[in-house]
Amino acid sequence: MSGEPITGPAILDQIAASGIDYIVSVPDITTSAALLWPIVEDKRFRLIRVCKEDEGVSICAVMSMAEKRALLFIQYTGLLDSINALRSAGCEYKMPVCIMAGLLAKEPGVPPKQAKMLGIRIVEPILEAMLIPHALMEDAGDERHIRPAIDTAYANSYPTTLLIGRQM
Amino acid sequence: MSKTMRRDLCFKILAKHIRDQIIVPVYQSAQEWHGIAPDHALTYYSIGAMGQASSCALGLAIARPDKRVVVLDGDGSLLMNLGTLVTIANQKPANLLHFLCQNGEYEANGSHPIPGRDQVDFAAMARAAGYRRTDTIATLDDFEAKIAGLLAEPGPVFVALKLVAGPPPSQDYAFIHGAPTRAAFKAALNKG
Repeated sequence: MSGEPITGPAILDQIAASGIDYIVSVPDITTSAALLWPIVEDKRFRLIRVCKEDEGVSICAVMSMAEKRALLFIQYTGLLDSINALRSAGCEYKMPVCIMAGLLAKEPGVPPKQAKMLGIRIVEPILEAMLIPHALMEDAGDERHIRPAIDTAYANSYPTTLLIGRQM
Repeated sequence: MSKTMRRDLCFKILAKHIRDQIIVPVYQSAQEWHGIAPDHALTYYSIGAMGQASSCALGLAIARPDKRVVVLDGDGSLLMNLGTLVTIANQKPANLLHFLCQNGEYEANGSHPIPGRDQVDFAAMARAAGYRRTDTIATLDDFEAKIAGLLAEPGPVFVALKLVAGPPPSQDYAFIHGAPTRAAFKAALNKG
């Protein structure tokens, strides 16, 4: 069953409430209209466009060294492409890397592990193997996961992921 | 006397000019820099994921615009993350100086040649990407003459250092990979 969809403003308000100043991004059609284009105009954030997602992993990780909070905003394919950087900076060097990744073409209401697309089905198992928490953001109210996830990532100095489960 | 620039001699000159700049060295440059400036707490050793040094430097430059950030990149490393040139140029960090230690080989992985070692022009790439200024330096005399100016110049500046490895630097992996080293960097960065 799929509930009422989560909305862009609800997500952005929770990101801002989490103390995030910097959004680092490679565009993702899953979140482009509802999140990334509004972020361009949103004075609460500074947008840093990167060419490839692993650049963003590094940028977000080192910003924590300067006591700054950043969120990497990408598609799940970019997450898969960034596993080595995430493994190094996040898991082995224990730096907080907060990632919001769109699960492009996941069927609403279907758990990611049961999606038709292989790439989506393997996301959560890979994160679990790396001991990286993940939360699915799909229905109205799911935005409640954002702030605790980000606060925990910085408190524990370890990555976290928020997976957008439907096109917005 | 050979005019070939040795990395260790080059870094010794650099170290004489470093005060409160953040240094971001990668792999063999990290080992070399650690041997030459072991007490420079504002060193962020960028290792563990090849190619990421310049991205780490950019993150630090954006987060701390009051600090000058000097990245000691490698040519094999940069080839793994060429998009970083465009990302950096687009962000225009005035406090970022990007040195590329261009020895033409994967020194830490058997000294195999990098692809295109005989024709690739990294400074031209950085210039085309949009760095404010680029240069290529191939002698110690030239490096010594320019280093003070480079450290003071608004960035982003990219300088390819055509050099060779000197005597193998000691390999202090425990220090460079260690959590205490990153904690010391963070403490130094946020002091005062």
